Amino acid sequence: MAEGQAIGYPPGLKELIQAVEHTRPERLARVKANQHFPRLTRKEGEKVLKSYHPDYKPGGRRKLRVGANKSEILANEVADLLESYSRIDPDAFDDRLKKPDYETDVLILGGGGAGAVAALFARQNGLRVVIATKLRHGDSNTVMAEGGIQAADRPFDSPYHHYLDTMGGGHFTNNPYLVKALTMDAPLIIRWLEDLGVMFDKDKAGNMIELKGGGICRRRMHSSADMIGAEIMRVQRDEIRNHPKEIQVLEFSPAVELLIDETKAVSGAILYNLETREYSVVKARAVIMATGGFGRLHIQGFPTTNHYGATGDGLVLAYRAGVPLVNMRYAQYHPTGTVFPEQNFGLLITEKVRTLGAQFINMHGQEFAHPLEPRDVASSCIIRECMERNGRIVTPTGHYGVWLDTPMIDLLWGKGTVEKELSAKYLQFKRYGIDISTEPIIVYPTLHYQNGGLEINEWGATRVPGLFAAGEVTGGIHGDNRLMGNSLLDIHVFGRRVGIKVSEFIKARKKGKRLSLSHLRSYHADLRKTGVKTKRVAPILLPDYVHRSAPACPHKF
Amino acid sequence: MATKAKGKASGKKSSETRLIPIYIMGKKYEVPETLTILTAMEYAGYRHIRGCGCRGGICGACATVYRLSGEYRLKFGLACQTVVAPDMYLAQIPFVPANKAIYDIEKLTPDINSIGRIYPDLYRCLACNTCSKACPMGISVMDYVQALLKGDIAGCARLSHSCTMCGICALRCPAELQQFHMAMLARRLYGRYLQPRARHLEKRVKQIKEGKFDSMMDAIMSLNNHELKRRYARREWEPESYENPDWQPEETKYLILD
Ligand SMILES: Cc1cc2nc3c(=O)[nH]c(=O)nc-3n(C[C@H](O)[C@H](O)[C@H](O)COP(=O)(O)OP(=O)(O)OC[C@H]3O[C@@H](n4cnc5c(N)ncnc54)[C@H](O)[C@@H]3O)c2cc1C
Ligand code: SF4
Ligand code: SF4
Ligand code: FES
Repeated sequence: MAEGQAIGYPPGLKELIQAVEHTRPERLARVKANQHFPRLTRKEGEKVLKSYHPDYKPGGRRKLRVGANKSEILANEVADLLESYSRIDPDAFDDRLKKPDYETDVLILGGGGAGAVAALFARQNGLRVVIATKLRHGDSNTVMAEGGIQAADRPFDSPYHHYLDTMGGGHFTNNPYLVKALTMDAPLIIRWLEDLGVMFDKDKAGNMIELKGGGICRRRMHSSADMIGAEIMRVQRDEIRNHPKEIQVLEFSPAVELLIDETKAVSGAILYNLETREYSVVKARAVIMATGGFGRLHIQGFPTTNHYGATGDGLVLAYRAGVPLVNMRYAQYHPTGTVFPEQNFGLLITEKVRTLGAQFINMHGQEFAHPLEPRDVASSCIIRECMERNGRIVTPTGHYGVWLDTPMIDLLWGKGTVEKELSAKYLQFKRYGIDISTEPIIVYPTLHYQNGGLEINEWGATRVPGLFAAGEVTGGIHGDNRLMGNSLLDIHVFGRRVGIKVSEFIKARKKGKRLSLSHLRSYHADLRKTGVKTKRVAPILLPDYVHRSAPACPHKF
Repeated sequence: MATKAKGKASGKKSSETRLIPIYIMGKKYEVPETLTILTAMEYAGYRHIRGCGCRGGICGACATVYRLSGEYRLKFGLACQTVVAPDMYLAQIPFVPANKAIYDIEKLTPDINSIGRIYPDLYRCLACNTCSKACPMGISVMDYVQALLKGDIAGCARLSHSCTMCGICALRCPAELQQFHMAMLARRLYGRYLQPRARHLEKRVKQIKEGKFDSMMDAIMSLNNHELKRRYARREWEPESYENPDWQPEETKYLILD
């Protein structure tokens, strides 16, 4: 396995761990007596957010100068993405658009979870599908999901409570109709996954073993050890490969531009073969955008948990075609990104670790926040602890964070729980000589989730005819802050809804005659007119790490 | 082991980081010793297209084969999870040829005959354990294959649960099995047929289809923002099961109990 050195915590950190161990018995006794660190009230929560959340502070953002969201204040990285020129010269494609390389009913952009679900339902509704994706089929954020997927299916829970939690978590900025669809469809989705053969954590009688998550008032999280995303993704990929005649998958073929027809309906896309560096033209009767999130744009300079291809491509492609963005102000910084060992920098420690009882502990061994605050609040509390309260732990290479006291888990649930319930995480640290069932982890917030994105209705339709969207690329479901387990859920709920709706749309749609890039021409003209002077092109497709490393923590002391 | 670190100032890493020589497909590069194979290649100037997916040890895109100078063993690992070592000779495996069988999961029965018919190469296993030794996830691959041979689909499903489908086991197998595809099928059969169904889930789906929650949803959607916030702040919290397994909610207005 791990070939190099890095055997466990260095002596300096080992010494600091003693302070955590010292207070552990007392903390354990308190938890067992159901006494927790108090949750912040809504007002207190808002106060920490305003002072410490990376996106609430001024700076790092600017006014957008072009398109449907013109004048809105967005992160520089997002504004850069939208204020860019295409990778292609529209004139060079005049002839090629007359002879498409592929023709299909539905073109799905993105081979993650949302794309897979949409493909399976579109097929069920009698459509031929092409999935074009950037890397391999399934190389995505979906495959990385660790903690779980929500659905209110226990007697002491209901969609009502799920709705309330989701709206509150999103600071009531969510679109209520999308939240209704999300929470009411949820049990149906879990049932569908059971039918596909997804292995859930269940007791002997078949009851789902469910836990809570940050900001969630009932036990509602369905899991598959600590790799629910990998389990779901590989099942869906397997199922898609059982239908090669109806669903064709093009790997290493990201979309670089959408195509419209003379009625201004979206009618296909231009793909770029990353290996042969050739373009191809796909003509389709509808397009589903399922390209996922933007972690690899490293918003505000943060490290990220996201996969290699998460560069926000779908945002800029659809924006150029006229789809507005919603809830794009605040990205989600997950409170618990790995700080040590350095090789895992920024990688996620699932929230499940805290639902199982791990606590936030500062350098002095003191707990400083409730383990299950909503994510944005928890992250802000950690940043405060490090910047202002002198509670930070500093690693030998100058990174810092706070302790996440994972040994609490086996003490609460019995020996062996960490190894069983968090098997992937356990192995990931074991490789570096750290046993997380007996030693705590150092964590700091890491860029995790897009929160907002393309505006859709409850059937996943955008305002532009012919263009649908599902998954992390969309906005409005989670408002300004998503809860754990609601994203895996949304890719299913809206993947399914889009897959069904698109067949209705196609039946009613008039056949377009001519493919065109006229929307791109006008976007380019707009850029020039508003005086955006840049050589930037987008989508960037892959981040550039050549001759350097991915960013580490941006906060300096 | 002898190292050839030159201590060349790189300007990119702190001066304490030692540079070590590695050989990417035979070509020598000096890289910081703390990097993984994946990031060391980037440091050396490679831009990944294949061989890089999640960057977090779960997608299986980055299978890599390497040998340390002077050692007889050929080793395998995930590039994103393996730290470089001095005089490491490495090559990434961009793709593993393997045939996934096509089947209709709804028409299969959860028994060994289903799997044996679909993947007859199963019966060729020599029990040599080469696969287990190569698996970067530390899975006892041979044990899950042997479990299948004994008809124990549940055992195979559980043993193979953390499989990334990187394909290294199949590349190493002298009997040319495609272990990870068999395990995939076993897990689906287990999830669909052998694990008991969640009855509370079935019930909830039925309640939703019958419209039993419609009036509750209408009610909450018609609340003004002020009232919604008030209810949110006053939610009743269910404890974790280790705290109070016998918990009963006080408010039952928005539940369906029977
Ligand atoms: C580490 C991690 C842990 C998580 N844990 C949880 C969890 O426990 N519970 C939960 O609910 N959510 C979790 N999430 C969030 C959730 O996994 C994702 O938000 C969700 O899976 C996104 O699904 P998607 O299909 O929209 O996007 P993805 O799964 O990312 O799929 C998008 C696909 O589109 C491809 N693509 C990108 N650009 C293009 C292009 N131009 N053309 C074609 N294809 C393109 C990508 O390569 C990718 O394959 C987690 C996320 C991460 C990163
Ligand atoms: S079982 Fe095979 S495919 Fe799965 S992780 Fe191990 S080596 Fe890779
Ligand atoms: S390598 Fe092949 S033959 Fe050897 S134990 Fe594994 S599956 Fe059996
Ligand atoms: S890149 Fe996904 S396992 Fe290494």
